[in-house]
Amino acid sequence: MEILTLAQLQSRGEQAEYLFWVGCAGSFDDRAKKVTHAVVQILQHVGLSFAVLGNEESCTGDPARRSGNEFLFQMQAAQNIATLNAYGVRKIVTACPHCFNTLRNEYPELGGSYEVVHHSTLLQQLINEGRLKLQDGGPFKGRKITFHDSCYLGRANGIYEAPRALIQALDADLVEMRRSKKNGLCCGAGGAQMFKEAEAGRLEINHERASDIAGSGASAVAVACPFCMTMLRDATAQTGQTNVEVLDLAEITALSLPSAPHNTVLNNAAQIGSGLNESGLNG
Amino acid sequence: MELALIQSLLFVGVLVTGVTPFVRRVSRIRANILRGRGGVPSDQHWKRWTQMTRVALGQSKMGSRPVAAFFHLLIYVGFVLINLELLEIVLDGVLGTHRILAKPLGPLYSWMIACFEFLGLAVVVACLVFLWRRNVQGPARLYKAIELQGWPAKDANLILIIELILMGALFLMNAADMALHPGVYAFPVSGLLAKALQGWSPEALYACERIAWWLHIGGILGFLNYLPYSKHFHIILAFPNTWYASLEPAGTMSNMPVIQQEVKAMLDPQSPPPTNVADAQSRFGAKDVHDLPWKSLLDAYSCTECGRCTSVCPANLTGKKLSPRQIMMSTRDRLEEAGQWLEANPQAITVEDHRSLLGDFISTEEILACTSCNACVEACPVLINPLNIILELRRYQAMEAGEMPSEWALMQSNIENNGAPWAFPAADRGAWAQESRILS
Repeated sequence: MEILTLAQLQSRGEQAEYLFWVGCAGSFDDRAKKVTHAVVQILQHVGLSFAVLGNEESCTGDPARRSGNEFLFQMQAAQNIATLNAYGVRKIVTACPHCFNTLRNEYPELGGSYEVVHHSTLLQQLINEGRLKLQDGGPFKGRKITFHDSCYLGRANGIYEAPRALIQALDADLVEMRRSKKNGLCCGAGGAQMFKEAEAGRLEINHERASDIAGSGASAVAVACPFCMTMLRDATAQTGQTNVEVLDLAEITALSLPSAPHNTVLNNAAQIGSGLNESGLNG
Repeated sequence: MELALIQSLLFVGVLVTGVTPFVRRVSRIRANILRGRGGVPSDQHWKRWTQMTRVALGQSKMGSRPVAAFFHLLIYVGFVLINLELLEIVLDGVLGTHRILAKPLGPLYSWMIACFEFLGLAVVVACLVFLWRRNVQGPARLYKAIELQGWPAKDANLILIIELILMGALFLMNAADMALHPGVYAFPVSGLLAKALQGWSPEALYACERIAWWLHIGGILGFLNYLPYSKHFHIILAFPNTWYASLEPAGTMSNMPVIQQEVKAMLDPQSPPPTNVADAQSRFGAKDVHDLPWKSLLDAYSCTECGRCTSVCPANLTGKKLSPRQIMMSTRDRLEEAGQWLEANPQAITVEDHRSLLGDFISTEEILACTSCNACVEACPVLINPLNIILELRRYQAMEAGEMPSEWALMQSNIENNGAPWAFPAADRGAWAQESRILS
């Protein structure tokens, strides 16, 4: 099965229910691309009608806006909204909370109103509706997993429960970190910090978060954001928590699909934690 | 009779003299706040009333710190209810009567005063606990906090001491009255104090009661005037501040319609030129306080420096220079300074004292340390938004001053050229789909 772009669908005179907004990290970051594949695998497994923008997608402008460059943000927004409106997009799903926040909260005032969901919410809905069925006693059954709240999903948009419901649907043992939900500690990447060195301080924010992970006793951290993924992988590796896996909710779900043992997502996941060489974006 | 008349006139005089400077000071603060940008929201009244009732009146956000929440509630409820007695004091003062409500309320009166006295006792306990937490042993945000050194720490202690004095005056007034009229009044807490006054002459008791009565009302008026110079102003501003607080999801950044129109005109030459001329002449983002939205200025005056924001700020927790509480305190300090300059130079339209919020009060290092995680916003019990100030200052830095870390300049040029913050060709954006091993 192939992944179609909206342009390809249009040329066939077809439409898709959802646009899967991949985002910059999901398109270019080697680690985040695996999450993108996991999302695709789940959506295809469920048979959800979706398409992507491909090369017509461009940065939402979130890091430009948060680093103060409103001109660049408005340029990106105008360009993306023109594309989205031209295709008559109505529903968008994305695996990036930053894209999610911008598309959902900041584009409407600029003329781009869509029904935007984060993949954690969509996956939970699909499970609730019975459209997405996971293995009984899948690979995460009984395993201690903790969930790291992304600021742009949690405090910024009030989404705390969908990711947790998803983990619980896997029969996993969901444990909370010392700081979670409304009190969750940032990974250190938001507000365009992802793209610069941190200011001088006592320690890195992601290392502070690593102590919460260690304290939870979990063997895996579920994340819902590509930037949190990078920060927490670095943090766990640099603080000697080599036994802790950092996985996106989509990967955890894909690994628990009935067909999971035969697919390559599992092989991808097996490589996770093998080193930092995969992230490769800053190099 | 004549003495009573003089007392009444004196009382009215004190009341008017006491309230006037407060009103004048508040109207000056109001004008200073309204020098900020933007309109006043008048939409969604029902949601705003609900928000204010829940957060300010109902203290809904205090509970995340249970010890502070409990003792704060004692002072809050005590303060509000005991001030009902102020009604009687004002009536007595104006009419020259003594405990005017005692007769009409009958036995209910003693019951009511008993309630006030127990609340007063609770206030005393809570004030002592708070003094302990600030001066002997307490959370890092209050005890020996760097930002509170000097005036802020004195301010906090002064508030608690004034409250103790006011409660003391209340008890002494009731005790002297009880000793003066044996068998007429029975007050549970001051009754204990009344025993100590036994043996005093009626004249001495009368004088004691009068002095305590005047101390109570005078103290309240004095305190009222102290409020707008103090962090304690939050007891009033918490209400408008929660009413006007944003109803949007916290992740939303405010739009800049001027830039939106400019970009529109650039992309589509047929579209009409930007219309909002007045706004177009002003700065992009904020360099000084009056460039900020007026709500941010109300935020600054509403802050009671509790430090919950700073205690959860990831940048602050990891030793960066940023402290959201300091952002609010700096904004208020500059706002006061700027307001005073404008009052001293009534012909001036803008502040021209060669000082500004960014640079003289808040450093670039502080605003660059923020991850925009909204922890400070979530933590604030009165819905103050320090993040908004930081982001407006960043806008000025990027668009007017043209100063930013070189990595950000690179990231922005990547977005401009390739549509991604990294230097990957835009033409490869869809390449991940071909790389996939799970797709045929």
